[in-house]
Amino acid sequence: MTESVESLVNRDYKWGFVTDIEADQIPAGLDEDVVRLISAKKGEPPFLLEWRLKAYRGWLKMTEPHWANIKYSPIDYQGMVYYAAPRTKAPLGSLDDVDPKIRETYDKLGIPLTEQKILSGVAVDAVFDSVSVGTTYRRQLGEMGIIFCSFSEAVREYPDLIQRYLGSVVPASDNFFAALNSAVFSDGSFVYVPKGVRCPMDLSTYFRINAQNTGQFERTLIVADEGSYVSYLEGCTAPKRDENQLHAAVVELVAMAGATIKYSTVQNWYAGDEDGKGGIYNFVTKRGKCAGAGAKISWTQVETGSAITWKYPSVILQGDNSIGEFYSVAVTNACQQADTGTKMIHIGRNTKSTVVSKGISAGRGQNSYRGQVKVMPRADGARNYTQCDSMLIGNRCGAHTFPYIDVQNRTAAVEHEASTSKIGEDQIFYLKQRGLNTENAISMIVNGFCKEVFRELPMEFAVEAQKLLGISLEGSVG
Amino acid sequence: MAPLLEIIDLRASVGDKPILKGVDLVVNRGEVHAIMGPNGSGKSTLVQAISGHPAYTITGGSIRFDGVDIGEIPPEERAQAGIFLAFQYPVEIPGVTNAYFLRAAYNEMRKARGLEEMDPIDFIDLLEEKLKLVEWGPEIMRRAVNAGFSGGEKKRNEILQMAVLEPKLALLDETDSGLDIDALRIVAKGVNALKRPDNAYVVVTHYQRLLDHIIPDIVHVLADGQLIKTGGKELAFELEARGYEWLTGTPERV
Repeated sequence: MTESVESLVNRDYKWGFVTDIEADQIPAGLDEDVVRLISAKKGEPPFLLEWRLKAYRGWLKMTEPHWANIKYSPIDYQGMVYYAAPRTKAPLGSLDDVDPKIRETYDKLGIPLTEQKILSGVAVDAVFDSVSVGTTYRRQLGEMGIIFCSFSEAVREYPDLIQRYLGSVVPASDNFFAALNSAVFSDGSFVYVPKGVRCPMDLSTYFRINAQNTGQFERTLIVADEGSYVSYLEGCTAPKRDENQLHAAVVELVAMAGATIKYSTVQNWYAGDEDGKGGIYNFVTKRGKCAGAGAKISWTQVETGSAITWKYPSVILQGDNSIGEFYSVAVTNACQQADTGTKMIHIGRNTKSTVVSKGISAGRGQNSYRGQVKVMPRADGARNYTQCDSMLIGNRCGAHTFPYIDVQNRTAAVEHEASTSKIGEDQIFYLKQRGLNTENAISMIVNGFCKEVFRELPMEFAVEAQKLLGISLEGSVG
Repeated sequence: MAPLLEIIDLRASVGDKPILKGVDLVVNRGEVHAIMGPNGSGKSTLVQAISGHPAYTITGGSIRFDGVDIGEIPPEERAQAGIFLAFQYPVEIPGVTNAYFLRAAYNEMRKARGLEEMDPIDFIDLLEEKLKLVEWGPEIMRRAVNAGFSGGEKKRNEILQMAVLEPKLALLDETDSGLDIDALRIVAKGVNALKRPDNAYVVVTHYQRLLDHIIPDIVHVLADGQLIKTGGKELAFELEARGYEWLTGTPERV
């Protein structure tokens, strides 16, 4: 069994190529001048520079957190490049102006940047190293009043919206990595959906790290005004490199009364080699706020890549009757480590949250679920259901669960269920006796294990996620 | 034509512990064999070894299926060649529907025979027929494989899988254990309906009860890893009446 599990686990990382493109890159290192330089390169208004500098000064006083169940070599913050952008004739007038090499890169990744060929009904913002290189379907969305553009453009064109919402869910002082991101973030995506508008297509950002020794610090801000709906997808890959690269992103979601935001991630950063050399350090802060009554925020994540994953997509349930959801599949193979989970903060009355976490560990992977459910005194009738399942493949990996439950209201109901299973020889033999080979047998078992999460993903992503896990799509029978 | 199954002097062990100590067995097409014997005599080991369970090490002898030595062949290829094991303890696969699982298995068999995969729509038609055999409605197909099934439902599900996969050789491992009389009748009905001149059954059972419903042509007694007696179906009645002690010379271990 072990042999075939390893062959399944150690398949080549297909997205590990490097695009040879000339980059506008600043020297390594970080100080106030670098923060000013980034802001200047982007032609930002004074309020944003001030915000960055404040974040930077706050960051200097903070220390890197080490409470997570992960081990890694120290990050050299002065040895890293904080801004790298493909050198192109700026600004881009249309998608046709995208550098052919970059276009080719996204084609290779299966994300064509021409609207004719694009995945059916998905608008894409492509982020290459530090900058957005193209956003599709903007005009069509614009006709409905939906704003979907790179963060830099949003700063130029909608500074009021940025000033109002930037940092409103994840303040610059929130944590070490969020503070660093706030100081040096270079680009990302911005979405605004006006009152009562249902966004007709999935919006998507595809992040690609290319340059060497660079950190990637992008920022996503999504605002769904009253009664609106938007589904957002995020995908990411990076070249294979021997050294570790830092990815410290921030995602903020704001859902007004009656609005719904569905945010799905398939994270496939380079995970490092079999012995744990190289790979992305993924320290990400994602948080949503249900600001009004009846708002809903749903996070779905499939985490298969990165050497280190440290992320806790959370929901602040401020509006009465608001709903928070977190569906997660985290896979750790080889030497990967993941410490991931969620925080559900119940503030409003009759707020409801659901957490379904599936951790799969193989090889020497270490997988931790860390989740907090907090019910504040005013949150009458708050309800939470948490289900936390771990699956072990082989006997050198580990699964850990760290639930934190803090209930300050007597009418609240909080449920937590957890299970750990091991793919057994008997389970595999049963499927082999029915004609399936070991790889298909494991895929089928893992696929079944993750089903509750996969069914939350938009179709295109579900296919991608299952492929990533070496799983053929479960048929439409039944 | 070679016998469907030909086992010569088969020896198998778990770790260092020998379980099968020289078993000879020939099964021809169209035959139903019953293997009876006290607990711990090696009955389950014999059928698991034929299907290639990795927990058992073959230490001697040979297993030929359809004229081919299958000793070194992985279990999935034995299954694809037409060997089916109805498990004593069928395994649960949470989150995978019965329909998906059955179609995946069925298509593996087709692929092994160089046939194209069957699409879901045609497969539903095929299933409808097979479901009648075990007196089930289509709703069972939406449930996860054996997850939360009663003991009887699990055994019926094994027979359903057998009906879909149409093996040349079916090995039924204590399929009667844990069955109430209705479930036993349904299971036996399924087996009898699937009997053909070109396939064969090896039915492992501790009790004669199942053999009232599935009539064996040949009955073997396995004790301490060896077949110590072979006879017609009347041997089963004798065993039911007299127990195993008169054959093995020792009181049965329970």
